[in-house]
Amino acid sequence: MDRRKFLKMASTGAVIATSSVSGTVQARGNLPISDQAVGMLFDATRCIGCRACVVECKDINGMPPESASPDAPWDNAQDLSADTLNIIKAHKDENSDDFSFIKRNCMHCVDAGCVSVCPVSAMIKDPVTGIVSHDPDACIGCRYCVAACPYNIPKYEYDEALGQIQKCQLCNQKGVERIDNNQLPGCAEVCPTGANIYGTREELLAEAKRRLALKPGDRYDYKLNSMDSSHYQEGTVAEYQPRVYGEFEGGGTQVLLLAGTSFETLGMPDLPEKSYASVSETVQHSIYGGFAAPAAVLGGLLFLARRNIKAEKNNAEQAKKDKEEKDS
Amino acid sequence: MTSTTDKRLDDLADRLGLNRRSFLKFCTGVAATLGLSSTAGIQMAHAVSQQRRPSVIWLSGQECTGCTESLLRSTHPTLETLILDMISLDYSEALCAAAGYQAEEAKHNAMEENKGKYVLVIEGSTPTKDGGIYCKIAGKTMLEHVREAAENAAAIIAIGSCASWGGVPSAGMNPTGAKPVHEILPGKNIINIPGCPPNPYNFLATVLQYVTFGTLPALDDKNRPKFAYGRIIHENCERRPHFDAGRFATEFGDEGHRKGYCLYKLGCKGPETYANCSTQEFGDVGGGAWPVGVGAPCFGCTEQGVGFTKALHEKSDVTTHTPPDIFPDVNAQSGEGATAMSAGILGAVIGTAVGAAAMTVKQLSQAEKDQADSAHSKDNSVGE
Amino acid sequence: MSEHQALSNKKLFTLPTLILAVISFIAVVILAKRFIYGLGAVTNLNDGYPWGIWVVYDVVVGTGLACGGYAMALVVYIANKGKYHPLVRPALLASLFGYTLGGISAFIDMGRYWNFYNMFLPSQMNLNSVMLEVGLCVTAYCIVLFIEFAPVFFERFKMHGLREKLDKVLFIFIAIGVLLPTMHQSSLGSLLIAMGYKVDILWQSSYLMPLFAILTALAMGFSIVIFEASMVTVGFKRHSETHLLKGLGKVIQTLLAVFLILRFGDLIMRDALSSAFSGTFKANMFLLESLLFIVPLVILSSSKQRNKGSRLFIAGFSMLFAGALYRFNAFLIGWTPNATDTVVYFPSSQELLVSIGIIAMEILAYILFVKMLPVLPKEEHA
Repeated sequence: MDRRKFLKMASTGAVIATSSVSGTVQARGNLPISDQAVGMLFDATRCIGCRACVVECKDINGMPPESASPDAPWDNAQDLSADTLNIIKAHKDENSDDFSFIKRNCMHCVDAGCVSVCPVSAMIKDPVTGIVSHDPDACIGCRYCVAACPYNIPKYEYDEALGQIQKCQLCNQKGVERIDNNQLPGCAEVCPTGANIYGTREELLAEAKRRLALKPGDRYDYKLNSMDSSHYQEGTVAEYQPRVYGEFEGGGTQVLLLAGTSFETLGMPDLPEKSYASVSETVQHSIYGGFAAPAAVLGGLLFLARRNIKAEKNNAEQAKKDKEEKDS
Repeated sequence: MTSTTDKRLDDLADRLGLNRRSFLKFCTGVAATLGLSSTAGIQMAHAVSQQRRPSVIWLSGQECTGCTESLLRSTHPTLETLILDMISLDYSEALCAAAGYQAEEAKHNAMEENKGKYVLVIEGSTPTKDGGIYCKIAGKTMLEHVREAAENAAAIIAIGSCASWGGVPSAGMNPTGAKPVHEILPGKNIINIPGCPPNPYNFLATVLQYVTFGTLPALDDKNRPKFAYGRIIHENCERRPHFDAGRFATEFGDEGHRKGYCLYKLGCKGPETYANCSTQEFGDVGGGAWPVGVGAPCFGCTEQGVGFTKALHEKSDVTTHTPPDIFPDVNAQSGEGATAMSAGILGAVIGTAVGAAAMTVKQLSQAEKDQADSAHSKDNSVGE
Repeated sequence: MSEHQALSNKKLFTLPTLILAVISFIAVVILAKRFIYGLGAVTNLNDGYPWGIWVVYDVVVGTGLACGGYAMALVVYIANKGKYHPLVRPALLASLFGYTLGGISAFIDMGRYWNFYNMFLPSQMNLNSVMLEVGLCVTAYCIVLFIEFAPVFFERFKMHGLREKLDKVLFIFIAIGVLLPTMHQSSLGSLLIAMGYKVDILWQSSYLMPLFAILTALAMGFSIVIFEASMVTVGFKRHSETHLLKGLGKVIQTLLAVFLILRFGDLIMRDALSSAFSGTFKANMFLLESLLFIVPLVILSSSKQRNKGSRLFIAGFSMLFAGALYRFNAFLIGWTPNATDTVVYFPSSQELLVSIGIIAMEILAYILFVKMLPVLPKEEHA
C-alpha cells in the first residue's frame, strides 16, 4: 500500500468514524410538564351540544360565521378551520339512538409537535402555563405545524392573500389575555352544564380520575366553569371509557378528555406515549448536535477536494508538458 | 251546508250571545290548537250545534281548584258560557249552583241517564292512606267516588298534575298517600292533562275532539296528548338562543335577568319538562305571558320527578334529543378531489415524459445497433 | 484550452423553446393570481393537506432530481475519478436551475413569504426544527452552486483573472457543495418523522428516514446525469457518453442494493410489509414504487446491459421515477390527513400548471444556457 492510498483511506475513514461517533448522542425523551401547567377538562358525558362554547369562542376571537354549505346561510361550521377555533361535533351511533358530543380545540400538548417543528419559533409554548400560542409576525406560513399536529389543529387561511395560522390559544393571546387577567377561557366560562372546565392540569387530572372511580348511576356534584368555582351542578354519573384521554397521549396534553364512547369513534387519534417531536429531535440532534459531525465531514471533504484538484492540475500540466515535448 | 244546519248554527250562536262568524272562529281556533285544519273546525262547530251536549261529571279530590279556575280564564268574553254550553257540566263542585244533597242527586241522576256516555273529569289527587279518609265528599271517600264514577264513564280525563301524577299532595313524604287517577284505576284508559294548572286549551281541545269525532288525540307513553306534551319547553322557548349562546341570568334582577337572558342557571326546568307553555302561553294576551316570559324560571309543574320534587334553584338535566343531521359529524368529509381537467393535465405530463423517454430509448437503441453494425462490417472488411 | 463548448452553431430559439416559453408564461400568470388572491384561489391545499405538489414535487422531488451536481462533485473531486469530468458542468447546470427554482417554489408556497427572513435571524431560529436546517442549507447550496458554475461564465466572457482567483479557492466550495446536499437531502426525509401516524406505515421509517432519503437522492443524482446526458446526445445529435455513464450505472446499482436491503429490512422489522399487499391504493402505489426501484437494479446488475446506452437510460429513468414516487408516496399519497381520514386532495389544474411551468422554465433555461455557454464537453473530431 503506498502513502497515497493510505491517506485516502484514512481520511474517508475519519469521515465515517466521526459521523457514527456523534450518532450516539443521548435520545431525547418527552418534555416534562410544568408544575403550573393549565388546561381544560372536557367531559363528553356532560355535554348537551348547546354549542355555547362555539359561539363564545367566535365572539372572543373575532371570528366570522362559517356556513356548512353555500346554500345554508347560518353559522354552522362542519369542522375546525381558520375561522372556527373550537367546535362541537356529534357522533351518532348507526344502530341505536345513542349519541355523544366531542369538543375539538387545541390540546396544548406537553411536548407539542407544532412548537418543535416551527423553523422560526412562531409557535411558542409558555414555560409556566404551558399554553401554546402563535406569533404571526414570525410565521413564514410554511404550514409544517399543520402537518406535524397529530390532532390537526393549526389551520392556515388559504382564502386570504396575507393569510395566517389560526388556532385556539386558550383565550390568552395578545389582545385577549383572559388567563393573564384571571379570567377563564370563554368556552369554560359559558358552559352551562360543566362539561368543559378550566384549571391546572394537576387538578383537572385528579378530578378526571375521581370521576372514573365513581359508580355509574350515582349522583355527583359536577364543577361548573373551573376547578376554583364554588358553583356546581348535580348530575348522574355516566359510564365512562376507563381512561383520561391526554394523560399520556403523545407525551400528554393539557386539554384532557373524558367520554362514554370510545375516543377513536369520537375522532381522537390513538397516539404512542413517546411524542413524535422527541423522535424527530433525537434524529436531528444526533446527526447535527453541536455541529460536530458536519464539521468533521467538511474537514475530510476539504482535504480530499483540495488534494484531488491539485493532483488533477499537476496531471494536466504534466500532459501539456509531455505534448509540448512531443511536438517539439 | 244545508239550511237546517245553518239554522242550528244560528240558533246556537244566538243562544251564546255570539254571531255565527265569531263562533266559527272560535271552533277553528280550537282546531288549530289540536293541530287540525280549519275544516275540522267547521266540523266541530256543526258537531256542537247538532249533537246532544255530552254529559260531563267533574270530580274534585285533593285539589286547589286551580284547574277549574284556569278553564274559566280561557279567552274571550262569554266563553265560560260557551264551554259550559258545549258540554253539559252536570256536576262540578266549584261551579254547581246547587249544593249538598241536591248536588249529589243531580250527579247520580246524570250518571244514570248518561250511563256509558258521560265524560268523567277528575281534578286533584286521591288519598289512599288509611282507607282514603283524608278526602271525603258527601260522606264517602274520594277513592270510592272515583271508582264509582269510573265504572260507566265513556272517557276519563285527569286534569292537572295532581290527578295526572300526584302533584303537590304527593310531594315530599306524601303523608296522605295521594295517588294519581291512573294508579287508582289501573287498566282503564285515562288521559292525563298535567300542569299546575294546565293550559285550558289542552283540556278544551281534547274534549272538543272527542265531542266532534268521538276519538281522542294521540297520547305519549304517559297518556298525555302529544299535541300539548310532545315537546320539552326548552325546544320552543323564546330564550333558547340565549341558552345556546351562553347568555344567562345568574341572579334575579341582575343585568342578564333584565335583558331577558336564559334562566337555566336560576333553575329553569324547561330543558326537562314536557309542555306547551312556551308556544301556547297563558291568558291569550300576546307574547311573553308565561312564567319564563316574565322572568320566572319554569319549575316543571307538568313533570313527575321535577315539579314539587326538585328544588326551585336546582339546575335541570337537559334532556337532549338525537342531534339533528346538520350537526357537524365526527366523520364529515372535506377537500377537493381530482377533476377531469386536473387528472387530464397530470396524465398529459406523465405521458409526455414517458413518451419522450421512449423515443430517446428508441433512438439510443438505433444508434447502438448502427454502431454494432458498423463495427461488425469493419471487422468483416478488416478480415478480408 | 477549454474542454467545453457552447452549442453556438444551433439556432437559439426553436419550436421547443417557444412551447416551453409559453408554458412558463402560463405559470407566471397563475403565480400572479396566487400572490394577489392567496393560495386558496389557485391551489387545492386544505386543512388536511397543508403540503401539496408545490412542496412535494417542486421542492422535495425537484431538488432530488437536481442532485446531479452533488453526485458528480462526489465522484470527480472526492473520489477522484477524473475521467467523469466532462459530465460535471452539464450536471451542475441542471442542479443550478433545479435548486434555484426549488427554492423559489418553496418561497411561492410559503403562506407568509414576506416573513421569510426570520429563518436567517438567530433570534428566531428554532434549532430543533428540521425545516430550518433544510431552508438554510438549500439557500446556502444555491449560492455555492452559483459559485461553482461561475467558471463557465468567466470562461465565456474571458475573465481569466477572476477565473484564476476562483480556482485557488474552488475546493472550499466544492467541499461545502458536497456537505450541504448530504445534510439537506437527508433532512428532507427527516421532515416526515414529526408527522407520525399521518405518514403511512409503509413509509414512516422514523429513525431511518434520513438514510433512505440520502441514498435515494444520490441515486437520483447519478440517474439524472444519465438521463440528461442521453437526452442531450439524442436531442442535439451528439456522440454518446455511454463509456462514462456506465460507470455511474455501477454506482447506482450499489446504492440501490443497499437501499432496498435496508428498506425492506426495516419494513419487515416493523411488521409493515404485509400491508403492502392489502390491495388499497396506497399499497399498490408502494408496489409500483418498489417495482420502479427493482427494474434499474436488475438492469444495472448485468454488465452487458450496463454497457448499452439505451438500457442505462431506461434504468436511470426508472430510478428517477422511483425516487420521485417514493417522495410522492411518503409525503402525499400515503398521507393520512387526520385521525378520521376525512379529507381528500388532488392538485388543482392551476397548481399543476405552475409546477409544469417551473419544469418548463428549467428545461428552457438549460437549453438556452447550453447553447450560449461552454457547458457541454467538446466533441472530439475523428
